[in-house]
Amino acid sequence: MNAFIPPNLMPALPELVLLGMACLVLVVDLFLPQNKRGFTLLLALAALLATAATLWQVAPVEIMVSFNGSFVIDRLAVILKLGLLLILFLVFVYSRDFLREFGMYRGEYYALGLFAALGMMIMISAYSFLLLYLGLELLALSLYAMIAFRRDSAVASEAAMKYFVLGAMASGILLYGMSLFYGVTGTLDLARLSDVIRIQSVESPVMLSFALTFIVVGIAFKLGAVPFHMWVPDVYHGAPTSVTLFLGTAPKIAGFAMAIRLLVDGAGALQVEWGQMFVALAVASLAIGNIVAIAQTNFKRMLAYSTVSHVGFIMMGLLAGTATGYAAAMFYTLTYALTAAAAFGVLMLLSRDGREASDLADLRGLNDRHPWYAALLAIALFSMAGVPPTVGFYAKLVVVNAVIQVDMLWLAIVAVLFSVIGLFYYLRAVKVMYFDKPEEGQEFHLLDALDNRLLLSANGVSLLLLGLFPSALMAWCLTAFV
Amino acid sequence: MTLGLTHFLVLSALLFSISIAGIIINRKNLIILLMSIELMLLAVNLNFIAFSHYLDDLAGQVFVFFILTVAAAEAAIGLAILVVLFRNRRSINVADLNELKG
Repeated sequence: MNAFIPPNLMPALPELVLLGMACLVLVVDLFLPQNKRGFTLLLALAALLATAATLWQVAPVEIMVSFNGSFVIDRLAVILKLGLLLILFLVFVYSRDFLREFGMYRGEYYALGLFAALGMMIMISAYSFLLLYLGLELLALSLYAMIAFRRDSAVASEAAMKYFVLGAMASGILLYGMSLFYGVTGTLDLARLSDVIRIQSVESPVMLSFALTFIVVGIAFKLGAVPFHMWVPDVYHGAPTSVTLFLGTAPKIAGFAMAIRLLVDGAGALQVEWGQMFVALAVASLAIGNIVAIAQTNFKRMLAYSTVSHVGFIMMGLLAGTATGYAAAMFYTLTYALTAAAAFGVLMLLSRDGREASDLADLRGLNDRHPWYAALLAIALFSMAGVPPTVGFYAKLVVVNAVIQVDMLWLAIVAVLFSVIGLFYYLRAVKVMYFDKPEEGQEFHLLDALDNRLLLSANGVSLLLLGLFPSALMAWCLTAFV
Repeated sequence: MTLGLTHFLVLSALLFSISIAGIIINRKNLIILLMSIELMLLAVNLNFIAFSHYLDDLAGQVFVFFILTVAAAEAAIGLAILVVLFRNRRSINVADLNELKG
């Protein structure tokens, strides 16, 4: 019988700090009167900063594994976690005024948000099926509750129910794939799994491909790739905009990490198999996402379909199967999260008493009244469309480049074609902002505090700066895969 | 005839298929959806336990405990959302979840 050796807690210190702070937020909030709710927000922001600082301190030069090989911290984990914490910081600040306006300014929002952040950090660092599943569920359970946060809204509860059923089904499918992998390889450890798969891919390729299919379907569900995208538009539309902002940014980073851990770190030897599946998913996502978005009149729904098409691009980077491809996909994910944060951040500012701004028509004449916000939203939309000099252009460029390097020119052409089609609906939104006149009596009631305005401006400008000087971030992403 | 690994796997695959069919075909009651989700997780559990027994490796059974715990939490949240939905809609009919579409 082996003696119990306590695990090295150092690699997981940021997660422990975040867990402690999340519990603290939950408890402290109980004792605060409603007019002191700002303190909860401060504490939540402090939690994110403390986690980032701890992460910076413990970040190892080499890869470090703990908890019997089920928890890993490497360059990939450090970069993704820092990006995640930054995005969450923005999300928390942006959503404050919105939450206050719509009577959702409660501590639970931040507590749930922090627990979701913990789940995402665990997903990023997971090195075994068990830990990955637990991180995923911690994220998903928090998100279900956050979507239903507005208890008296029929659409929000409908969105929560749809997300719950499809999310639980996706977890079930993913788990089934994991159980099959466990049966074939006899291990839950991703590091050991990759060794065993390398040997067994010769002996029992059919069984491994069968298991892999379930894993890929689970990942596609969580990322929102066609044909598993049904939940994305409904949830984006139905959830309160602050939750849509949360849902549309940070979980993409975690989903990317999950794909890397499972498919590259775990099933790296099966790259050819899952690469082929990803080709089909990516092409379908690009096509459906960009074409269906044209038909949308609801801005949140339109951005949801745009997300689907961006997921197609992320998958394209992954399916290249090279270090440059992975780094390109990582760059794409991080910058997309930043772009989406800016877009939803501006949309949230425009919400008026009693009604959220969510239709395209709500943007009419924005430039006449608030040219700076119109400019910020336009930058975000151009970045999503991939117009230079915004960062979206460079992100698309590196992904397409990575695909061309592995001799899949046709895929690059398909991607560029659908991006051009996608340009239509982004430009239409810009046209509505700049050239359409607002209806009689349609006034913008802006919810802007100074800190919010500054952060949002910095966010918008960063999209331009990153587009002009992308090499530093790209080099950083590349170091994760050497 | 003795029970082998294949029997367990076939049973689990059947349960899994029934639960997927339950989610997709069911157009009536949301509670049936929740039951299907539970069934799906139990099918996975059966898979894990069967493999764990035949591989003589305890990790699979440990995983099952975690899945059971998470399934309980998931059911709690699912039912909570169901209650909220019923308050807003006065119905838990799947076909009535039709406000969001496009």
